[in-house]
Amino acid sequence: MTQASASPADTALHREVAELIVAALNLETSADEIEADAPLYGDGLGLDSIDILEVALVVSKRYGFSLRADSEDNLRIFASLRSLCDHIAANRTQ
Amino acid sequence: MNALPIVSHRDPDAVIAWRGTRPVRARRFLADVARVAAALPPGGHILNACTDRYRFALGFCAGMVAGKISLLPSTYTPDTLRQLAQFAPDTWVLTDGDDGALPLPSVPFPALAADDAETGDTQAFDVPLIDAGRLVAWVFTSGSTGTPVPHPKTWGRLVDNVRAEAAALGLNAAQPATLVGTVPPQHMYGFESTVLLALQGGAAFDAGRPFYPADIATTLARSPAPAVLVSTPFHLRTLLDEGIALPPAALLLSATAPLPEALAQRAEAAFGSPLLEIYGSTETGQVATRRPARSALWELFPGIELALREGRTWAQGGHIEQPVPLSDVIEQVDARHFLLRGRNADLINIAGKRTSLGWLNQQLLAIPGVRDGGFHLPDAERDAHITRLAAFVVAPGLDARSLRAALRERVDPAFLPRPLIFLDALPRNATGKLPREACEALLAAHAARPREMRG
Repeated sequence: MTQASASPADTALHREVAELIVAALNLETSADEIEADAPLYGDGLGLDSIDILEVALVVSKRYGFSLRADSEDNLRIFASLRSLCDHIAANRTQ
Repeated sequence: MNALPIVSHRDPDAVIAWRGTRPVRARRFLADVARVAAALPPGGHILNACTDRYRFALGFCAGMVAGKISLLPSTYTPDTLRQLAQFAPDTWVLTDGDDGALPLPSVPFPALAADDAETGDTQAFDVPLIDAGRLVAWVFTSGSTGTPVPHPKTWGRLVDNVRAEAAALGLNAAQPATLVGTVPPQHMYGFESTVLLALQGGAAFDAGRPFYPADIATTLARSPAPAVLVSTPFHLRTLLDEGIALPPAALLLSATAPLPEALAQRAEAAFGSPLLEIYGSTETGQVATRRPARSALWELFPGIELALREGRTWAQGGHIEQPVPLSDVIEQVDARHFLLRGRNADLINIAGKRTSLGWLNQQLLAIPGVRDGGFHLPDAERDAHITRLAAFVVAPGLDARSLRAALRERVDPAFLPRPLIFLDALPRNATGKLPREACEALLAAHAARPREMRG
């Protein structure tokens, strides 16, 4: 399996969002320790639904859109840093 | 024998639940209950893990109809589930999701008839009756030793509780409410105030559990009036801070932790509706209500009394199965009213002065500009040094100096925090509490930071 290498813009967004997560949750992890494809929820970074709501709030302020689950899996967007960044890139207004 | 119906709705066409935009009427609900009851596994106990609120309600009612007892643990950790299996070896898990990891036998939720399937409109509308004295559920608290502690719930007491709740909230079965919950149906508060309140209050519940603020707004907007939002201080705060347009609601309900007065007033203004709080516990069910934007006084549910014994306040009478010592410091004002003065577990003594973390937290949260905050008594060496409290605070518009000055006006100098740590958010857990371990981790991180970068 191959993956296209990330563009510089992707890398910058990943870094920025990782820093937002670390700051919002006051994690002791540093931003560059958050792996793009590791799960944020549960086993990976260990975030829970309360953390997710906190991050969602910060994301809405920073990128100008509200997260929605539309009654589907609440946590799909937060599967990984990559999925969150993809979602932000597709929906951001600022 | 005193038997009570599983639903109070009299009209077969009354709506009991909303699954998205589709209504589920009482006749359909009873047909679904019968179908699920016939498909339940043989054991005597059901662990109802359904995340869909409609399936959860069906599982609970079908269990009663089939003569089974529901188990409602406070967590679903593998350790807890193993302990439940010892408590009731004939337990089966009823699940509508992934069941691969559970250390108990499980049964997938039975397929339901299609929405437009014939429900036998010509048949009599026979609502099953359950003996009021029958044990229908065990609910569990975590216990101080790590073993879940079971508490019995009989059908009659559960019904008494939520009928009193419906009266206290002013719900009118002639104008049935739609209950939208951000809390899970397995939690005692969600079980009572979304599922049972709808079933016994002639109301309807939304089957989902909207998660993000925008989802909550969408669900409320499509819910027929009068809509009731059943939530917690944490969810209400994130919902208000998101800054999105909020649809009107007829009533807001909050429980799990005391709601700061300022947040209560913000919420009332944002939704144009009263916000009522419920005080209760897994052991007691609901004990009292209040409207925090108007008064800090709690009013007891009918029949419930408070009694002082062994230095603690006990709740008894009414729908409470057996007298229960409350974990909060309670100041009784008269026979029907009381004030909360913090939690017993939070009592602290610094330099001979006593207070509670709960009270200190209220002082911190009452300071204008403080969005969230909490005091913490650090785990520390006790060799003749006085341990000082730490405090964590979310107050983007305040600096440490002005916040300390405001605190000094409310709090004895012995309790002023050192350090006072500014954060973007507090590490509250799923029930909105600030776990000691999380406080210690924050303190450690703060201590590890270069001094010039500290707040």
